[in-house]
Parts: sequence; structure tokens; C-alpha cells
Amino acid sequence: MTDRIVRVAAGQGFWGDWPEAPVRQVQGGPIDYLMMDYLAEVTMSIMQKQKARDPTLGYARDFVPLMERILPDIVRRGIRVTSNAGGVNPRACAEAVREVARRLGLSAKLRIALVTGDDLLPRIDELLAKGHPLTDMDTGRPLSDIREKVLSANAYLGMAPMVEALRQGAQVVITGRVTDTGLTLGPLFHEFGWSPEDWDKVAAGTVAGHIIECGAQSSGGNLLRDWRKVKGLENPGFPIVEASADGSFVVTKHPGTGGVVNLASVTEQLVYEMGDPNTYITPDGIADFTSIQLRAAGKDRVRVSGIRGRPRTDMLKVSIAYFYGYKAVGTLVYSWPEAYDKAKAADRILRARLKDLGLKFEQILTEYVGVDATHGALAGPPSPDIPEVQLRIGVRARAKAPVERFTREIAPLVLTGPPSVTGFAGGRPEVQEVVAYWPALIDRREVEPHVAVEVLDA
Amino acid sequence: MPRKTVKRQAVKATRMVQLRYLAHARSGDKGDSANVGLIALDPAHYPLLVKEVTRARVQRHFHGMVREVDRFELPNLNALNFLLHGALDGGGTISLKTDAQGKVYSTALLRMQIPVPVAVARLISPGK
Repeated sequence: MTDRIVRVAAGQGFWGDWPEAPVRQVQGGPIDYLMMDYLAEVTMSIMQKQKARDPTLGYARDFVPLMERILPDIVRRGIRVTSNAGGVNPRACAEAVREVARRLGLSAKLRIALVTGDDLLPRIDELLAKGHPLTDMDTGRPLSDIREKVLSANAYLGMAPMVEALRQGAQVVITGRVTDTGLTLGPLFHEFGWSPEDWDKVAAGTVAGHIIECGAQSSGGNLLRDWRKVKGLENPGFPIVEASADGSFVVTKHPGTGGVVNLASVTEQLVYEMGDPNTYITPDGIADFTSIQLRAAGKDRVRVSGIRGRPRTDMLKVSIAYFYGYKAVGTLVYSWPEAYDKAKAADRILRARLKDLGLKFEQILTEYVGVDATHGALAGPPSPDIPEVQLRIGVRARAKAPVERFTREIAPLVLTGPPSVTGFAGGRPEVQEVVAYWPALIDRREVEPHVAVEVLDA
Repeated sequence: MPRKTVKRQAVKATRMVQLRYLAHARSGDKGDSANVGLIALDPAHYPLLVKEVTRARVQRHFHGMVREVDRFELPNLNALNFLLHGALDGGGTISLKTDAQGKVYSTALLRMQIPVPVAVARLISPGK
């Protein structure tokens, strides 16, 4: 049994990732698990809003038609799916998948489980009253400062409910705010029967999860090193972890797919969104990224081993989203000659008009795309012959009215400002609601007793 | 001048080389901070990165763009990780920047120049 391999394949790196990826992962070769990560920091608040409008919504809706495409294959081949597509309404998501299974005549063969208990929104006042300040980890402010503006609050759950759901025989496990890495850790701990207090194994599974949780970003997508040599991105192979019982694993992709898995592609993903590499904290334990050993192991294969971990902390991270205000971004394109000067003149005029109107903004930000939008002053002055410059002005305010008024000040610049301007076909910029992120910590004992696994009836 | 001194000077001679010829990189966001992972193209040049791409130099490089810089070493990956605090103008959804998620701070760091022994510089970078 020691040489047994468990294959976990990444199907989505974020909500809105390539829709073909999960299908090709299922059809392109052997896999045991398909893991699909849908949740970014403020995704939950978008879902919470959708749920408030319609109680049957609040999850990643594209997950359902996607499952419809792959259900016959995964049922036939016994592939299991782990996903946090459930958002703030895992029950509705699971029921929608069950509906699809029924329609396909597969529901008798498919056990669907859902995980709940991460949603703290209904419990916020109770938690505050109990003396949990839910302080913003970045700013140190107590949640009471913005209590009435909170839109969603979810604890990041670890792998435990995932492992339990798999133990109960679930083939599709739909969760809310389970960590991205938990979607990979769950299958590995279930398959290998590792102890949840084997911290090196927790760390190994965490690193495996980190490598594949952003989809093709570890298999040739967005790869900077030798990017011209990365071939076949028309059909990028999403990453697959081939895990062994000793905690080591190989990162690879299906044969015949594009992209590349090599030391560079895996290393770039390892350092992505990294803080202190000695202390990568998850609900399940702490991984030490300075212990990771990589070795090239053949074409599109990288072996990962040696990973060390430390015990989990007593706290869980809570992702809170709250209503902040409004913003809008307007753009216009100025052409040669003197494109940059024209764009700067337009910016001066616009700012003067906004001031004359007495509009109050928290911030007005001007960028010149083609000159400084990506690297700021580091890019140096543009060529005097620059063919075109896009003026990009953003504003943000707590109130809606000034932002709304700003959106009516862009198009008029075309006929009342500097010449040779174009690129306003989109019309007025859209006023966007700003939902901000508030990261906090909570004692895990306040959350874990509320976590539940439920297997749906066929 | 004794020959010995000349030789020592030759060893010390350096040329400024842009990091793009020594490293590749990826960046992302953590709240209002961007992170840049800087990875040596050739493991042999990792010690050079450790020595020359210091916290203070990176902070100077991003003067006016970031508030504060932290640096971490990952010798196992021939990589350095930099946290650029206050780099994202509020970060996440609040930021009005094109690069609100810090995706291209990686290449902005690769613009930085560091002193490299001439012998190494000749091997890795075009020009002069």
C-alpha cells in the first residue's frame, strides 16, 4: 500500500477561471479527486447580496452547469469532487447539483454532502457580546466601529469536515468558506489515514494545495521565466498532484496538454501571495515553506518533498466584508502627437471642474496607461513620440452622489477639452459599490462545535 | 604599482546589472501589501541576490510607492520574498489602481540594478 498514489487535480483557480479546465481534467487521464476553488476574499459578500435578494442563491452558480457536463464521467469512474462553490449557501448549491443528477438519472449513484458552520453573520452580535472583538488584523480597529455595515462574516474552516464527508462516502463535497488548501488536504488525509496531528503531513498537504489552488498558474500560465518557450497555452494542462503516503508528491499535468510543469513554474507559484515563508498559517497547521525541496523528475514532473510543519494555532481566521462606499473609473485615449501632454491637460481640467462643483472625494487617482499605470515613476518619462496614452481617472467616496456626478464629467471632455481624443464608446463609467475586507481572528472553540456535515438524500 | 593590487581591484570590479538578467519573479496581494517573490535564474547567483537585494535597497527602489519593506530568505528555492507594505493604495476592492492586486510589482522590482562582478555580468547581460 505504501506505493499507492492519490491524484488530486485542480479544476478551477478562482470563480471565473477557464470553464473547459475541469472537463479536460476529468477526460484527459487518470485522476481520483477534482478540487475546485471558487472563493476569494470578497466573493462571499457578493454571494451574500445575491442570497439576500433570492434565498435560493448565494453560491457559485456556474458550478452547477459545470457539474452537469462532468457528472456522467465522474460517476462512471468514481472521481470525487471537493469544492467551496457553496459560498454562503452550500445547501442550495448541493440541492442544485442533486437536481442535475436526478435529471441525468444519476442521483441514486451519487452521494452529495454539504458542509456548514462557517457562516458567522447570524452570530456576530452574540460573539461581540461574549467579548470577541473581531479586531481588524491589519489596522487593529474593533469590529464595533463598522458593525452596522457588515455584509458577510465567515470563518475559514480546515479539512476536518471535508475528511468526515469523504468518510461518509460522499462523492461530491460542497462547502462554504473552507480554505483553498483544505480542498486538497481533505482528500489526502482521508485516503492515507494520516493523523490530523501529524504536522509534517499537514504541511505537505498544505503546500500541495497551495501549488494547485490557482489552477494553471503553476503549470505554465502567467509564468515569467522563459515565457516565450511556454507552448500550447491554447489548451493549458491544469496541475495535478500525485501524492504518496510519505507526504511527498509530484506536480504534473495530463499528457498532450499545453503549458509546462517545471522548477520555475512551481517555484513562481510557491512564492505567490506569500507572507513569512517560515510560518504559512492554515486552520490545520503551520507549514514551513523554507523546508520545501523541489527536484525535476522528468518531462512536466516536479517532485516535492521534505516539508516540515508545526501545530495549528487556537485561532481561526474570519473573513468579514463590509459596505465601504462607492467608486468609479473613467478612461479616455489621447493620440500622437503630444499624447501624454494632452492627457495631462485633460486631467487638470477635469480636476478643476470636480473642484468647482464642490464634490468631495476620499481619493482621486490619475494614471496614464502606457506611461505609469503598472510601474509608476520607475518607468521613467515616456518617449515624446508615444503613439497614444490612456487617461484613467478613478474616484472613491463614502457617499454615492459625488461619484455619480463624476461619471457625467468624462464624456464632456471629448468636446470641451484637449484634442485628438477617442475611446469613450463605453459611455458613462459605472458607479460601483465598494465592499471592503476586514480580516479577523476568532477562538476556534467558538466555531468548530457549529460545523456540520450533511449527506443529502438521493 | 605592485601587480597584486591591480589584481585585487580587478576582482572587485563590478557593473550595474538589472535584476531581470539575474532573477524571475511573481507577485500578489495580501491586504494593502504586495508580495514579490524573487527567484534566481541560476542558483549560483542566489548569494549575490541575498547580498545585494537588501531590504533597504528595495525600499529605496520603491520610494514613494510603498511605506515599508520586509525581506525573507528561502535558500531552498533560491528565492527572496519581499513584503511591500502600503503598496496597493488601500488594496483589494478599495484601491483605485490598475494594479490593485499587485500583480506586476514583480516586474517593477526586476527594473532594479545591483552591482555584479564584471565576470558574472559578462555572462548574463547583453551590452557594454
